[in-house]
Amino acid sequence: MAKTIEQINEKIANGSVVVLTAEEIITAVREQGLAKTARTVDVVTTGTFSPMCSSGAFLNIKQPSEKMKLGGGFAFLNGVPAYAGLAAADIYIGATALPDKDPRNGNGRPGRFAYGGAHVIAELAAGQKVTLRAGAYGTDCYPCKQRGQQIGLEDTNDAFLFNPRNGYQNYNVAVNLSDRPIYTYMGKLNPNLGNANYCSAGQLSPLFNDPYFRTIGVGTRVWLAGAQGYVVRHGTQHNPAPPRHDNGTPLVAAGNLALIGDLKQMDPHWLKPVSFTGYGVTLSLGLGVAIPMVDEQMVRHVAVTDDDLLAPVVDYSRYYPYGQGEPILGRVSYAQLKSGKIRIRGKDVPTGSFSSLAGARQIACLLKEQIQCGRFSLAQAQQPLPSNGPDQEVPS
Amino acid sequence: MKKIKAVLRFSPELVEEPVIYALITGYGLRVNILRAAIDTGKQGRMVVDLEGDSQNLDQGLAYLDRLGVEVQSLSTQIGRAEEACTSCTACIPHCPTGALNVDRQATWKVGFDADRCIVCLSCVEVCISKAMTVGENSQRTD
Repeated sequence: MAKTIEQINEKIANGSVVVLTAEEIITAVREQGLAKTARTVDVVTTGTFSPMCSSGAFLNIKQPSEKMKLGGGFAFLNGVPAYAGLAAADIYIGATALPDKDPRNGNGRPGRFAYGGAHVIAELAAGQKVTLRAGAYGTDCYPCKQRGQQIGLEDTNDAFLFNPRNGYQNYNVAVNLSDRPIYTYMGKLNPNLGNANYCSAGQLSPLFNDPYFRTIGVGTRVWLAGAQGYVVRHGTQHNPAPPRHDNGTPLVAAGNLALIGDLKQMDPHWLKPVSFTGYGVTLSLGLGVAIPMVDEQMVRHVAVTDDDLLAPVVDYSRYYPYGQGEPILGRVSYAQLKSGKIRIRGKDVPTGSFSSLAGARQIACLLKEQIQCGRFSLAQAQQPLPSNGPDQEVPS
Repeated sequence: MKKIKAVLRFSPELVEEPVIYALITGYGLRVNILRAAIDTGKQGRMVVDLEGDSQNLDQGLAYLDRLGVEVQSLSTQIGRAEEACTSCTACIPHCPTGALNVDRQATWKVGFDADRCIVCLSCVEVCISKAMTVGENSQRTD
């Protein structure tokens, strides 16, 4: 029997909702079967805590009495440039922005990238002040031309993350076939298949659990670094028609989400600035999505296990940067990746991840608790995300 | 008794010398080899614990010096800022001794066993959260 999101929300309101995490549902389905699980379970929670480069914050900074038009001028926060091509008081600080004088890859050494936009965002979220240095050309209505002051979130009217691409559905496993170490956005890759790096929570990852976006769409409420945020669009580079496994999950990096959430409500624990040696700065972000068990088909989707989620192994020395050589060296399951080693071209290669499974689990549990105690309800998607799925029709 | 942890570097002409044998039989030192690697046609590198009575250890070190083996005492130690670590596991394939480890069966938390650390600094470079710190070794027994 199909359930509507409205019915599930009633159960959340009266405290009778049954919630499991995307790991717990696997055991439930194994023990009770699909049909019974579909009748008894209402919501399955997912989570991921991982670097997400396409993230950043809009800040609307309170005006001093002598007003200033930042638009068309420039603005730096702790020396990190923010985008100021908007109205008088709006700026955008991107997670990967770097100070002008950062040494980066100087002296032949891989840069450490110790500070950037993600650090500014994390410091603001943690209640700290950052130094705003701004300049403008001055107008009759906005005469102030220079501003240098300490600002915190309390000095903003609005501060919210607006991330064009988060929560990737699957991702490459990065390796290095060359004979020298390389420094990439997938970390340091040692020569001759020295290591393999991946970046997904696998069976806990949000979009792996709704592969055709039957329930996740524009308007879906999400848990974003502890705050309640929303899906505002399919993310940039969203691929609606990837090659798929028989279970519907994509075999390559495919769908992703554009997300929005109030920075003032976020928990700094889930906004961690990170530095990739030789590559740059980015933000590790916590994301949780609650998936309504509207019918048996959704239970089938969320019951998917790491054994049946496959990631492509890609050479980042030649294929990724130059498009030369074999596009995909093989496919490995997340169960293999999580075992600590995978086999590529007859060699055992140790694996490491950038996505914290411990963090993903904690987020799925936190979201489960919030739903159980009525603090997080589901929002009906207003528009499905693009997908070549066979059945996007959701019972209403 | 005195114990030091050190990196020994051998030039190409020294890699065939039975240096460890000499340290054990000639100077009565306890030698624990933590890591050893020889690059083809290049220098050799060995990370060792050397333990013995103070005089023997000094004489053993003098022998290495005469021979031309470069000895770098590991006076630094690696620490981990636990609150900064997100347990992402990026460090795991880079740690040569298993000092950094992850509980794959249960918690998926990354752990650090300082006793197994040979201060190769690999983790410092690859830790994206900058959780691995380099500090002075306060545990030296000298």
